[in-house]
Amino acid sequence: MDIFLQQTVNALALGGTYALLALGLAVVFSIMGLINFAHGELMTIAGYVLMYCGIAGVSFVVAVPLALMASVIAAVLMERIAFRPVRNGSGATMLVTSFAVAMILQVLFQNLISTRSQPVLLPAMLSDSVHIAGMVIGVNKLAAIVATIVMLVFLDWFMKHQKTGIAMRAAAEDFAVARLMGIRANTVIAGAFALSGLLAGVAAVLWVSQRASVDPLMGFMPVLKAFIAAILGGLGSLRGAVAGGFLLGFIEIYLSAFLPPEMQEFREPIGLGIVVLVLLFRPNGLIPSATLKAEKV
Amino acid sequence: MQPLLSAHDLHVSYGAVKAVRGVNFEIRQGEIVAFLGANGAGKSSIMNAITGLVPTSSGQVTFEGRDITGAAPETLAPSGLTLSPEGRRVFGTLSVADNLRMGAFALNDKAALETAYKRVYDLFPILQERKDQYAGTLSGGQQQMLAVGRALMSNPRVLLLDEPSLGLAPLIVDQIFDLILKLRDQGVTLLVVEQNVAKTLQVADRAYVLVNGAVVEQGKPAELTASGTMQDAYLGAN
Repeated sequence: MDIFLQQTVNALALGGTYALLALGLAVVFSIMGLINFAHGELMTIAGYVLMYCGIAGVSFVVAVPLALMASVIAAVLMERIAFRPVRNGSGATMLVTSFAVAMILQVLFQNLISTRSQPVLLPAMLSDSVHIAGMVIGVNKLAAIVATIVMLVFLDWFMKHQKTGIAMRAAAEDFAVARLMGIRANTVIAGAFALSGLLAGVAAVLWVSQRASVDPLMGFMPVLKAFIAAILGGLGSLRGAVAGGFLLGFIEIYLSAFLPPEMQEFREPIGLGIVVLVLLFRPNGLIPSATLKAEKV
Repeated sequence: MQPLLSAHDLHVSYGAVKAVRGVNFEIRQGEIVAFLGANGAGKSSIMNAITGLVPTSSGQVTFEGRDITGAAPETLAPSGLTLSPEGRRVFGTLSVADNLRMGAFALNDKAALETAYKRVYDLFPILQERKDQYAGTLSGGQQQMLAVGRALMSNPRVLLLDEPSLGLAPLIVDQIFDLILKLRDQGVTLLVVEQNVAKTLQVADRAYVLVNGAVVEQGKPAELTASGTMQDAYLGAN
């Protein structure tokens, strides 16, 4: 039972990180029908900022906001430079563009920084653990859960009560009519990218806190997982992205904890098998987007 | 007097299909003008071209003396021209109040915003009762009221109404036409596309009759009814 609870905490921490990443993908997808595979590189950028801050002796408390700022700026620039020119292109055009952006950034990291994994200096406190109700919980896990909750509450408030957030929901539902109301297409799309950059930045801080290292390809795997989570939850649906992220986190952690040792090699395929099984029963995901039309500007 | 909204030699094409072929019209301050014609005559295409939702292939649209041909849709509502689109297209996952808030997106002044809400709630008290409800849960008639109310939030001088009575119960249809007259009294100039010809001719000051994307006749309702062009336009004898 103790092990089960312990693993549940781990699952919440990992699932929360997936949920934040999947949300970042979903926010952009719901508005412009683009699945941004360069989302992972936003994470990597935030990771490198943490690394350089560590080298320069900048305190972690300052490094985190700097890393978030960097991924937000990178996301907005990405939209402005790479995605705005192909905004009216087909979904496939935008998808290929996002792969190109991802690869260009990976090559830049490899050539300008290093091909190898670089250590990131983290505050010692993060690798401590606390005792709660007989469980030993890593501070980094706890921080991940708290950060996820804070971000989800913030995002919910933003989308429900801020004019820009409401406009994003309106644009996701009917872009043409949203523009008729005077909602500027560029503002909404840039806003969606900024939000996705923030979510990628927070996810990067949580990801790096568990591994204490960053490499040029760091963003690829988590974003692939987030993409699976977004589909599991219902592509384009924000609530779905959160549900899908947590479910995927739970599947992965429980399989690695409770699958017999001789089956461990098959952990990933079994996990994906479960995802496929869920999709067989709910083809549009756990919480499908009610209004997805993916209209573009 | 200079027309408030006008078009000169307007053409709209969807690929090889020519939907609008050289349409001219002029709408003056305070008028209710109707566009009539069978399905596919190009009425909605004209509305969408005016508001920039579809590109114009050639020609010019002028609003208050300014060329707005090809202007981005989001620039029009703040400048005083807006459309209540065909099929209502309210934001179903937003509350009624949030739909209205989006209608006044460019408005940031609190007092002006309150005035705009009050005007809409005075016209449609039911929307105030339902303001926290999701728009998708409203009835068709209420959604139409919301669509018009949302358009009114930006305090337009010209309001384009695309098929406002389509699919509504007869009682509600009467309310919609009463509303058109009420809005004119409030100083709004209206351009209406409608399939309910009889009712439209009762409220319109002037109408343009469209066949295959071109204006075949225009004039006051009495003149149009007398000339017989209307029957031809709808029955396809031209």
